[in-house]
Amino acid sequence: MLRDITIGQYYPAESVIHKLDPRTKILGSFMMIIALFVITPLWGYLIPFGTLALVILLSKVPLKFILKGLKPILFFMIFAVSINVFFTPGKVIFSYGFIEITMEGLERALMTLSRFVFLIITSSMVTLTTSPMALTDGIEKLLNPLKVIKFPAHELAMMMTIALRFIPTLIEEADKIMKAQTARGADFETGNIFNRAKNMIPLLVPLFISAFRRADELAMAMEARCYRGGVGRTRMKQLRFNHKDVFALVFSVLYCISIMIAL
Amino acid sequence: MSIKIENLKYIYDPGTPYELVALDDINLEIKSGEIVGLIGHTGSGKSTLIQHLNGLLKPAEGSITVDNIILTKEKGQLRELRKNVGLVFQYPEYQLFEETVYKDIAFGPRNIGVPEEEIDGVVRDAMAHVGLDFDQISEKAPFELSGGQKRKVAIAGVLAMKPKVLILDEPTAGLDPKSRDELIEYIRLLHEKEQITILFVTHSMDEVARLANRLIVMHKSKIVFDDLPKKVFKEVETLQNIGLDVPEVSKLVHQLNQNGFKLNEDIITLKSAQDAILSALRSKTC
Repeated sequence: MLRDITIGQYYPAESVIHKLDPRTKILGSFMMIIALFVITPLWGYLIPFGTLALVILLSKVPLKFILKGLKPILFFMIFAVSINVFFTPGKVIFSYGFIEITMEGLERALMTLSRFVFLIITSSMVTLTTSPMALTDGIEKLLNPLKVIKFPAHELAMMMTIALRFIPTLIEEADKIMKAQTARGADFETGNIFNRAKNMIPLLVPLFISAFRRADELAMAMEARCYRGGVGRTRMKQLRFNHKDVFALVFSVLYCISIMIAL
Repeated sequence: MSIKIENLKYIYDPGTPYELVALDDINLEIKSGEIVGLIGHTGSGKSTLIQHLNGLLKPAEGSITVDNIILTKEKGQLRELRKNVGLVFQYPEYQLFEETVYKDIAFGPRNIGVPEEEIDGVVRDAMAHVGLDFDQISEKAPFELSGGQKRKVAIAGVLAMKPKVLILDEPTAGLDPKSRDELIEYIRLLHEKEQITILFVTHSMDEVARLANRLIVMHKSKIVFDDLPKKVFKEVETLQNIGLDVPEVSKLVHQLNQNGFKLNEDIITLKSAQDAILSALRSKTC
């Protein structure tokens, strides 16, 4: 049950998209997303659809994997779509009792849905094709200019790296504690929502304690290896833009601008 | 309570590229009141096996029978099973969560429906079994205690459920030698007094020599030996081939015998080895 959690999951493969610099992918996806919210006519959403299809094809990530990322927001999508469908005033095309569906409502719902779905797919394409390490590296580099105003770019990136690194460890730990408490007669699966929340205490307390212990140990181990923040730190693998990145960035900028002007 | 395992098979992540057969056709019968050591390399299937006995994992094939409670792929009276089979996990001190030692030990019995007026007695009993002083410790927070004491509290938490079968997964791992010796002694006494069936997983052959009256060796998802400890210890070469050690005493006796001595290979305690070697030397020189 806990093994299904797939936050920021990475799909390793050999593809053009995987080989792009993480900064390119972050900036590119940003521009795609901005463009997404500018488009007003419904047919205009065929453009991001086509672009995303191309990117997915190039990335060699199976479609099934990408669609799996949409599952957690399914409820939210249904909610947003139904509000739009049922509560937008306009030309009525279908009515049953007090329920009325309007042409405008349908159009709006479709637009909201496309925005949501494309937004999620665009951002998950970044995490699916970039290893967590490369991603945090890229974020750190992108935030570097902000160091002038004392923004802790390195610290932030390090925190992200550590958080990502410990997700599987904590899941495993939770699984173990759950089993141990089940053996002592604890019940995690039945009862109403309040009882269930109360029943989580025997799982959460040990989990938090062990997370704090791990954090403490990790801090100690990092200090023992003379970690003292990002100042003067060098990297074995330097991030470098090459002609692929230049091409991708130019494409993204042109894409974003032309959509802003034309639509 | 007796345990009977028939044709047990278990597969992790079936149908995926990570598929792994963890238990392959395990047949085993443990009689009521036995104290059995289970030994094997990391990944040999020990932990998977003991989790089945408590119903935490369900068999892919085969069945497990504890007295008249049956667990198969399709069905199992899990509550009944967990009431009767106590399972102490590896590093059980990490599962402590209550404000006081008393409440933590009472967690298990409360869950299985022991009446409130009996709880106090059960907790006292369980603490006595692992040598914890009720007046001094029961109102302390478990996190104030030392590592060895925490481990004892966690074990007491399982004993308080009054299991008829007790399973311990590496109960002494990570303890200092003194706490380790104490704990082994408490397990031995518990078995002697309560006559419950005990199955313990360990990496130490010396612990097996001290505690068990039967030894099961697992290797690559299968049982390779199942006999009296002293008989298994004679298989020095086979044991070493599958990455296991034999008690220091057996190793010594075995090596002396290879170099011309004729000692009895049943010897597993230090004292009897000493006597045997001395008498062998005397008879040679005289």
